Formats: sequence, C-alpha cells, structure tokens
Amino acid sequence: MVQLTRRYWFSASHRLHNPVLGERENHALYGKCNNPGGHGHNYHLELTVAGPVNPRTGMVLDLAELDGFVQDQILARFDQSNLNEQANFAHRVPTTENLCLEIHRIVEDGWGGLGSAHQARLARVRLEETSSNFFEIYNEPANVRSGPAGTER
Amino acid sequence: MEGTALSGGDETLRENQHQMIYLTRRAEFSASHYYHSPALSPEENKRLYGKCNNPHGHGHNYVLEVTVRGEVDGRSGMVVDLKQLKEVLHCEVLEVLDHRFLNEEVPVFRHLIPTTENLAVEIWRMLAPKLAFCELHRIRLYETPDLYVDYFGPEDGPAVAKDIAGPSLSRRAGTCSG
Repeated sequence: MVQLTRRYWFSASHRLHNPVLGERENHALYGKCNNPGGHGHNYHLELTVAGPVNPRTGMVLDLAELDGFVQDQILARFDQSNLNEQANFAHRVPTTENLCLEIHRIVEDGWGGLGSAHQARLARVRLEETSSNFFEIYNEPANVRSGPAGTER
Repeated sequence: MEGTALSGGDETLRENQHQMIYLTRRAEFSASHYYHSPALSPEENKRLYGKCNNPHGHGHNYVLEVTVRGEVDGRSGMVVDLKQLKEVLHCEVLEVLDHRFLNEEVPVFRHLIPTTENLAVEIWRMLAPKLAFCELHRIRLYETPDLYVDYFGPEDGPAVAKDIAGPSLSRRAGTCSG
C-alpha cells in the first residue's frame, strides 16, 4: 500500500455571511470575513490517494488522469471565482470547512470515473486557506496515533 | 441543496455534515532552553544532552500546530470559531512561552526538562481545559523544520475535565486578562 499526495492550488473570493442571522450577529460571528465586499485566498488543495502499486504501470494511479479530473471538476469551477456565486454554495456559507466538504464530495462522486484508480481510494482531502490554517477530511484511519485519522480516544 | 444549510435551525442535516473535519491552526513562538537533569552527574548530563546542556541556554523558533476536530456547524458553516481558538492559543500558550527562557521563566520547567517532548505535552495541558468549545485532537510542535513532536493527549482520555473552563471562556473572549 502506498499513499500518494498531489498538490493543487486555486484562487477564489468569498464572504462569510448567513442571511438568516442579523447584521450584528454575522459580524460578531465572522468578523472581517463578513466584510460585504468579500476577500480572497490562494487555496492549496492536497488530495491523498492510497492503494497498491499497479505492477504493470508502477503507479498507484495515473496522475495525468487525476490532474485532468481535478482540473475539470474543481479548478475550472472554483479558480478565479467568487464562491458565494457558485451553485455549490447557494445554500451554505462558503467557509473553508464547507469548501473542503464540497471538494471531498465532488472527488468521491467522480472517483468511479477514474479508470486508473480502480484499486486506489481517496484517503484524504486537505485544504489550506492560509499558511496558518488548514482543514482535513480523512476517509480512513491510517496509522494509529501517528496521524489525525488514527487516534481513537 | 445538501450539506450544511444556510439556516438557523436543525433542518437539512444531511450527508457530509456528519463528516468529521480536522482544523489545524499554526503559530510560532521563540524561546530558549537548556537540558539538564539534576538526577545525573555533570558528566552524564554533558554526554546525554551534548551542546544542549550549556546552562546559558540556546533558542529555537518553535512552530506549533494545534489540530481540533468536529463536525461542521450547520448555522455558521464552521467547525470552530477561529477567532476564539486564536485568542485561546495566544493567551494560554504564546503569551506564556514566547520570548521566554523556559527553564527559568516558565514555572513548570523548574522541575521538568524543557525538551520538545515535554513542551508539547505541557502545551496540551495548557490548552485542553480552555478548549471546551471544541475537541482538541493533536499538538504538533516543530523545534526545527527537521524535528517535530506529535502529542494526541493522554492515553486514557482527556487529562482535564472539559467543563471546568467552559463557562469562564466567554468572559475571557477577546482579552488575555483574568
């Protein structure tokens, strides 16, 4: 079993605002992120794939196929966009938590279409909002007590 | 219409909202320390700790990563209020450790060798009781870019009852006083 991590990045803007909350409450909750004009980030996305090495290709999956998929389904949609205007966020606040969940869902939904990934699984989605903040979703507990997914306390 | 809804209530709790998500906040502090065990002879200390045994100390730019985990809140779209997490991190850890000589200025290290291992465990103990609003998952402390320690808390569960600090937290929000 090998884990492979591929890194991508895209730039997008967002404004954190929940219309069911009042102006004051939104401001208290989101602070500067509630600024009506919005603001942007360079998001760094990491997809970690786990699987056996295919003896024929020597690869876990075809990176070019993964890149093409990410380009079509994620980067083309979100790069240089205003997340609030995306259909994905018509009904939820485009926090980086929700963006991470949405990217995780998109990749999971499209995974079956990756011909080279038949034995490889998506293991982790990691989304970095700034150099100080990042968010992760783990699909499988990997090494117990050596990584976030492995600690059962 | 799925996932975390733009709503004030409990409806539309679906699908990936139950997905556990991990948030990591990174912070830096600079501190000095030296390693010396009073249980060992000067020669043994020198042998064990090498240059780190110099009593005048030496310093590092520590990089701390605090990881908390939880499900995304349907109303806010957040797993934790980052402002609150930053404030706690600032007040409970950075204010205490940044630009300090750990052996002499941080009381716990008068009787505990300030290795990066011990420092990571102490940072967990400093933070855990103040993070009643979320679940602390991991402390990762880089001493240098080439060396870091991970601590996932005590083996038998949280060291400190989480509700001890819960009610006082809101009063402390936005300030390091009190």
